[in-house]
Amino acid sequence: MKLMEGSEAIAEAAIAAGCQFFAGYPMTPFTELLEHFAKRLPDEGGVCINAESELEAVGMAWGALATGARAATGSTGQGLSLMQESFSEITLAELPLVIFNMARGQQDYYQSTRGGGHGDYRHIVLAPMDIPEAVELTQLAFHLADKWRNPVLVYGDYLLAHTHEAVNVSPISFDGELPAKDWALDGSLGGTGQSRLVSPLGFEKTGRESPGIEAHLRGISAKHAEISATEVRVESGYCDDAETVIVAFGPPGKFVRYVVTQLRAEGEKIGYVRPITLWPFPTEAVAAAADGATRVGVFELCAGQMIDDVRLGVLGRAPVIGIGGISTDGSGFGVGPLLDVEIIRDRVLALHRDLPLPSLPDNDRSF
Amino acid sequence: MTSTNTELKVIGQQLPDLLLTAHHHMCAGCGEPLALRGCLESISDLGLSQRTIAVAGIGCYTSFSMTTDLDLVQALHGRAPSVATGVKRMLPDSIVYTLQGDGDMVNEGLQEVLHAAARGENITCVLLNNGVFGETGGHMTATTVLGQRTKNSLEGRDATYHGFPILIGDLIAQLEGAAYVARGSVHNAGSVARTAKMFRRAFETQMRGEGFSFVEVLTMCPTGWFIPTIEGPQYMQDTLGEVHIMGELKVDGVIHTTEELHAQNVLKAAEMEKALARGGIDA
Repeated sequence: MKLMEGSEAIAEAAIAAGCQFFAGYPMTPFTELLEHFAKRLPDEGGVCINAESELEAVGMAWGALATGARAATGSTGQGLSLMQESFSEITLAELPLVIFNMARGQQDYYQSTRGGGHGDYRHIVLAPMDIPEAVELTQLAFHLADKWRNPVLVYGDYLLAHTHEAVNVSPISFDGELPAKDWALDGSLGGTGQSRLVSPLGFEKTGRESPGIEAHLRGISAKHAEISATEVRVESGYCDDAETVIVAFGPPGKFVRYVVTQLRAEGEKIGYVRPITLWPFPTEAVAAAADGATRVGVFELCAGQMIDDVRLGVLGRAPVIGIGGISTDGSGFGVGPLLDVEIIRDRVLALHRDLPLPSLPDNDRSF
Repeated sequence: MTSTNTELKVIGQQLPDLLLTAHHHMCAGCGEPLALRGCLESISDLGLSQRTIAVAGIGCYTSFSMTTDLDLVQALHGRAPSVATGVKRMLPDSIVYTLQGDGDMVNEGLQEVLHAAARGENITCVLLNNGVFGETGGHMTATTVLGQRTKNSLEGRDATYHGFPILIGDLIAQLEGAAYVARGSVHNAGSVARTAKMFRRAFETQMRGEGFSFVEVLTMCPTGWFIPTIEGPQYMQDTLGEVHIMGELKVDGVIHTTEELHAQNVLKAAEMEKALARGGIDA
């Protein structure tokens, strides 16, 4: 065990998973992740490029992936907005990109799960609640990306990036053999008639069977349906007889779990669901928890985004009510006063007792 | 059988080693296949076929991604130099080149190629410059020259309204990371041969690990220029060729200005005329 900042632990976990290439552009609160890759990857025989823009960072990762290397990029949601065109196409090129979003709060739920890019594409989205789980899910991200030849996004935030915890980072082996990267390019096949093409367009080299764009897109859509059916990860507790169920993800999910556990000890019939994969969303777990419940609360640090997926899971079984909200520090980058055990407890109890929600706490506006 | 008395003599292989088929989707009179031939033949001639990875942008030339017999990454419009950077950094012993048009490189992806050059990225970027978006049907790009008519500059490019063209080769030559920069053309046999030499020098620069190399090739686009096919080469010389001056813009760290290259070209043309007057170059 070693005391590490979350950013360092995530970078170390990526390196433990065999990540050989990283490119990024500094942006709070993602910057320290880039710093750790820049410091550590060369020691490991890898490459970290301080790209001149997010557009270039994702392009560089694309090239590294095409050679079969494990490669990643990242930013905050704002920087990821710039990368979306490439994310769409990398998904269509079936390249196993790992993306880190060290987000400013939870405002990027839509971006992560719907995407800001074009076309029918999906990323697996893993949302760790703390640094030990981030270490595990970062390694899982590389595994799943290779397993499905599909981008995987790790949703972090200011708290994960900047707090320290004692963690053990060592390589994790996951079940199941990964498919061979028989599509990767090394330049050795030129002039043999067997050269390879890594393309999002659904075309193959002349003379070889080519699915064409329609069949290619349908194939990817079928793959996404399979991921959706098999890769859901979720934690829930106390839901069997719960009158009130609270859904929350990431570090706020850990706060909610703590509050609900406390209230259970006091005899309140409250349960929680913590989605670990945001896509595929644990629709069935949410539906099961809502069965028999009187109300479902959604605690998220944004105006209300995941609540849409919760409603799709609950499907009218119970009213779904947002009990979170926008809360930032004075800079807009960090954690606001809403992420506080006492404040969350008051809001959960107000919902549970059908009382009006307390007003949102304001930050002190100082930088 | 042909009706001519002259015996036909095969003077060269028609299909380059690195093309899977001679078939392509380009319009009649397009200069891109000629430029691509120069590039691919240089790779085979230098014995690089089995260590080269290509990265293609989006334009008419994208259809060659399927027919080029090299490992190839299909990139987005504008993004090829970054993708090539990722490839090269993972496989430093490979030879990596990009293929982009002027819309792709000088409009959409200008910063990518400049940054790759400034980093001295040990790759070769190839620009097929015809001064228009050929694929969309002849629209103005950042290299369209003043007075050139396009579908969105119908009366000709006007500096006061559309701004000035970017001379990308000249710009890249200024960057310290750029080791070799040249601008060729394919509008006549002499320039095709000269351009082939530029490709070879660019790849040799990369083989020696000297840094960024750049070959711009002026290509005909009679369809996008709205002129008869046969007029393509002359139009190219009179419009693009007068502004984007052909020649080696940077060799061994020495930058040659547009004015120098122009003077060299005038001298060469005069020598050529004299030689022809004497009865040909071999006379």
